[in-house]
Amino acid sequence: MTTTLDKPLPAPDSARSLLDAVFRARELSIGGALVLLILCTWLTNHGFLDDQGIKDLLLNSSILVLLAVGQSVVVITRNIDLSVGSVTGLTAFACGHFVSGTDHSAVTVVLLGLGLGVVCGLVSGALVSFGRVPALVVTLGMLYVVQGVDQAWAHGEQINAVNVPDGVLSLGTGSVLGIPYLPLISAAVLAGTAYYLRSYRSGRELYAIGSSPEAARLAGIPVRRRILGAYAFSGAVAGFAGALWLARFGTVVADAANGWELTVVSAVVVGGVAITGGTGAVWGAALGALLLTTIGSALVVLKVDSFWQQAITGVLLLAAITTDRIVQVRTTSALRKRSRR
Amino acid sequence: MTTLTKYVRWDTVVTVLLVAVFLAGAGTTDGFADTSNLSAALDDTAEIALIALPMTLLVVAGQVDLSVASMLGLSSALAGALWDAGWTFELIVPVCLLVGAAGGVLNGWLVTRIGLPSLAVTIGTLTLYRGLASVVLGDKAVADFPDAYAKWAAYTRTVPGTFVPYPVALFIVFAVITAVVLHCTGFGRSLFAIGAQEDAAYFAGIRVKRIKIALFAVSGLVASFAGIVYTLRYGSARADNGIGLELTVIASVLLGGVDFDGGKGTLGGAVAGVLLIGLLGNLLTLNDVSNEVQVIVTGLLLIASVLTPRVISAVSERRSTPDQLTPGQLPDQTRLERPSTS
Repeated sequence: MTTTLDKPLPAPDSARSLLDAVFRARELSIGGALVLLILCTWLTNHGFLDDQGIKDLLLNSSILVLLAVGQSVVVITRNIDLSVGSVTGLTAFACGHFVSGTDHSAVTVVLLGLGLGVVCGLVSGALVSFGRVPALVVTLGMLYVVQGVDQAWAHGEQINAVNVPDGVLSLGTGSVLGIPYLPLISAAVLAGTAYYLRSYRSGRELYAIGSSPEAARLAGIPVRRRILGAYAFSGAVAGFAGALWLARFGTVVADAANGWELTVVSAVVVGGVAITGGTGAVWGAALGALLLTTIGSALVVLKVDSFWQQAITGVLLLAAITTDRIVQVRTTSALRKRSRR
Repeated sequence: MTTLTKYVRWDTVVTVLLVAVFLAGAGTTDGFADTSNLSAALDDTAEIALIALPMTLLVVAGQVDLSVASMLGLSSALAGALWDAGWTFELIVPVCLLVGAAGGVLNGWLVTRIGLPSLAVTIGTLTLYRGLASVVLGDKAVADFPDAYAKWAAYTRTVPGTFVPYPVALFIVFAVITAVVLHCTGFGRSLFAIGAQEDAAYFAGIRVKRIKIALFAVSGLVASFAGIVYTLRYGSARADNGIGLELTVIASVLLGGVDFDGGKGTLGGAVAGVLLIGLLGNLLTLNDVSNEVQVIVTGLLLIASVLTPRVISAVSERRSTPDQLTPGQLPDQTRLERPSTS
């Protein structure tokens, strides 16, 4: 195709780098808020950033980071998975039930969790993609079903750390070079997912689906298969998180991780992944998860009255999404002005 | 088949299901159809039913309010704290309602002025309002409400001559008003228009932003009212009252055939959805079915409720289309080319 243009197009490189900068800035602002929060807290209480403090911060956030990565892959396709909290709880209990009193290794537990999670994810995904049913309704239904199965199975019992084999528990407590395993695992999953979304054709197609499902379909993208894949991934991550939950806490009650779905969605939204699909990066979502966890820890360290903590979290959450939106509107209008010239 | 799907609407199916559950319960379970049990069953769904009314309007307009259960908790906590401080109930109720409306306006303001999606906004205010509830009352429980007030919410006291408890009677009045507003007024039609195509509604002269703020305000107001009913019904004001209730409300509305994408649904369907979940829960409890199984049944019902109509329409479409669609063909084109069967 050789079309001559009256005006030369702006050099694609400069446009792309500007856009890149804008997108980077969106996640950078969350990172900035995180750094500021940590700095302020550290200035008030130096114990916040000693070895144990950092370790706690990383440990506390790693499961949420993991779930946020899985959720953002689904949200990018303009869908949502509300069942992640209950799937995590179910797999944590199932894994605990399976290994109680045995000497199974950590690998078996992780595989079991992954398998169970994938099954749950595939059910939701099949209903959403092939049943063409609104994702919120399906995954809300799945939330109830999985939660009910979990509670009916557990029936008030709980898994105790004494019965969980040491090999599994060491996954939650062990560390390499002073860094605990859990954050390393989360970071690895994060890096892998970010690389996939950025560099693989099928990863980019998820963004296309989220921007315009109809256009994606007409462009020949296998929309249903991609959405099914996104849900399978989210389920797998939730199952993995369940296995790690068991390894970390040892004790699992039936309603473990109940209600986490909204925290995970908050993390994703704060991290700049638009709930309307098509934009955002998983590491933004991970930063969002880290920010939410850090707010919680900081409020404890700053000795804020515990009754105030949730309200402050709510205000900061609203402030974060509002700021993000305002920045977005400003940059869009700035870009439009620029291109008009 | 196409004529069948045209006349059998999902809200009709839910109503039939509701009647079926009622008849099955009356036939198999002693005491289910007793007026005292029905009063209790209805009373148990009072808060969910009340909140479901404005939620239906919101979902029809393509919005959602996840903060309702937190507002219920905040209103309950506030009522408890003010009662503890020696206020009279006649003063507490308007203050709570005012706080509820203000919370709703905040939701609406963030959605319309900042342009945020309502799902994101109300997840934020869900956290905020629940947090404020614990700020107001801490982990205390205020339970020394006088019987005179508590009786109004209890299922044992009913509207004279009927088995309808007062909160349910109020719900019936509100439901009729809401149904008339949604289905018989221009305002109601504009909600469908906003839900179907917001931009088109705006250019058609509908004051989209103002309407949305009003809807969120009413949603907050009703949620805070439900908080007072909840407090009196259980005789206990706590900051964690009604935790997680928002999902049950949304499940009921969606079960009633209100489309989450907006623009479709009936109030009758939503009310049938609320009653179906309520009666089914009561019936299962009477039959000693555990709470866990009830949760599973709710979930399966919800999934089935959205899946069944699509399966039916997919099957009927396949039957009425003479030859297979060629891949890549636009569905819209086929719809135009297909000879009309009606």
